[in-house]
Amino acid sequence: MKRSLVAWVFVGPALIVLGVFFGLPVFAALLLSLTDFDLYALADWRNLRFVGFGNYIELLQTPLFWKSLGNTFYFVIVGVPLSIAVSLGAALLLNAPVARFRAFFRTALFAPVVTTLVAVAVIWRYLFHSSYGLVNWALGHVGIAPIDWLGDPQWAMPTIILLAVWKNFGYNMVIFLAGLQAIPQDLYEAARIDGASRRRQFWHITLPMLGPVLMVVGVITVAGYFQLFAEPYVMTRGDPLQSTVSVLYFMFEEGFRWWNLGRASAVAFLLFLIILAITAAMMRFGRKKGMV
Amino acid sequence: MSAAIRGGVGESRGHALLVHAGLIALTLLSLAPLLWMLSVSFMPAGGASRFPPPLLPSSITLDNYRALFDRIGMGGYFANSALVASAITLLSLLINTMAGYAFAKLRFAGRERIFKLLLAALVIPSQVAMLPLFLMLKQMGLVNSYAGVVVPGLASIFGIFLVRQYARSIPDELIEAARIDGAGEWRIFFRIVLPMLKPVLVTLAIFTFMGSWNDFMWPLIVLTDQTNYTLPVALASLSREHIQDVEMMMAGAVLTVLPVLLLFLMLQRYYIQGLLLGSVKG
Repeated sequence: MKRSLVAWVFVGPALIVLGVFFGLPVFAALLLSLTDFDLYALADWRNLRFVGFGNYIELLQTPLFWKSLGNTFYFVIVGVPLSIAVSLGAALLLNAPVARFRAFFRTALFAPVVTTLVAVAVIWRYLFHSSYGLVNWALGHVGIAPIDWLGDPQWAMPTIILLAVWKNFGYNMVIFLAGLQAIPQDLYEAARIDGASRRRQFWHITLPMLGPVLMVVGVITVAGYFQLFAEPYVMTRGDPLQSTVSVLYFMFEEGFRWWNLGRASAVAFLLFLIILAITAAMMRFGRKKGMV
Repeated sequence: MSAAIRGGVGESRGHALLVHAGLIALTLLSLAPLLWMLSVSFMPAGGASRFPPPLLPSSITLDNYRALFDRIGMGGYFANSALVASAITLLSLLINTMAGYAFAKLRFAGRERIFKLLLAALVIPSQVAMLPLFLMLKQMGLVNSYAGVVVPGLASIFGIFLVRQYARSIPDELIEAARIDGAGEWRIFFRIVLPMLKPVLVTLAIFTFMGSWNDFMWPLIVLTDQTNYTLPVALASLSREHIQDVEMMMAGAVLTVLPVLLLFLMLQRYYIQGLLLGSVKG
């Protein structure tokens, strides 16, 4: 057999799967978002009409879409910096020369990452229960009155953010840890001889040296956090007062509850464009600051 | 000078104390929800809904687990999850490894261009494809079947990338020598390449298995009949019906989380390596 033919046999299955079950649907989603595909079209394709950018224009006039966008931005803007700060803090603690039992601590801190999100969301619902929950009981000891975490529109999203941070900080922690270990020790030694405090060493050596890692972690985390779905689905169903409806939750409801697949595809594409624009802007900012 | 050193020792003792206090606090926060889940799962029905909330069961019972298997059919969901995750892992491992090896070591027209295209496609969130994919699988009669869950997971760009990165370190001479000896391409792949790729195969297998075991949105969309549900989908639906049964739901959460948690504890070295390898290039 000719050798290049053999190569095609090796890559063929993967390319076919990716092409048929990913490439084609993405392309179809773009077309679908330009049609009024709904329950009637689902029953009979002849009911399908081309509507141009109708879905997009309609979406921009739908209050719930804007609400879901606002909620998702809230989740990303508060959640991502918090998650990265906790990850970095944990990595610095683990990397401290005095730290002992590192393997144990690292495993324990990483454990939440591998747990099943749905199961954890179920646990969270009980932990943050307004009357029997462990969290309110613990807060009671420091004199904080019980909070209706998942029933109060003001607190529902912060509760989801806490869950997301708990679940994913270990992932970035491991990446930061590798980044910290790659910083040459003589930089710190020189700083110590100059009498620089630990805080100064952090701001003037650690943080600048972590620049590229920070960039990667930031982009991955932002892209991931925009895809918020399972937490509100399991914990709140978008309530109270639609304060936890995320863009993907809105897409799911539009598409698979009301069968407005045309509109839902437009939602998916808008989300994709937002993620693309924001991560691209982050990379540009990083390049300007010389982080990448 | 000696005063300075003594001062340094005192300061570093305080520093060590702070570091460990921080680590212990974070560890408690990380493990508390999981330990609480385990503890409540052994409490008798209604045992957790009290104030103050009990931390440990007053008497240990396996009733919640028994009820899950006897009345709720948890065994079936567990089998569905195991079947789907194993099928995706085994099949995608073969497909991704073949492709990753070809991108690293075999020559064919457009190799670099296709690979760049795949990397660029990584920025597209999988949810964009989900709506048309559902319609496609409906046409193919795969909605509400295991195949419908498995098929989109049969190849992954991340997996191909991971294998390619690793396979590039295989010396070309080794493959050439085997060719000169008259070994066919398949024989080379299975006898020489696969054994050398073993570490990255273990890594990829764990990643894939955990990813498909924990996956929620796609199985939720494609599985419409309750008997076909995977564990996360079943748990999400049960937790709505049985909102008052805290203890039983926690037993369900234990059954869902435990397999992947144990897998991670056994093979974490490979898992962390893969995580770092995968994030090098985003």
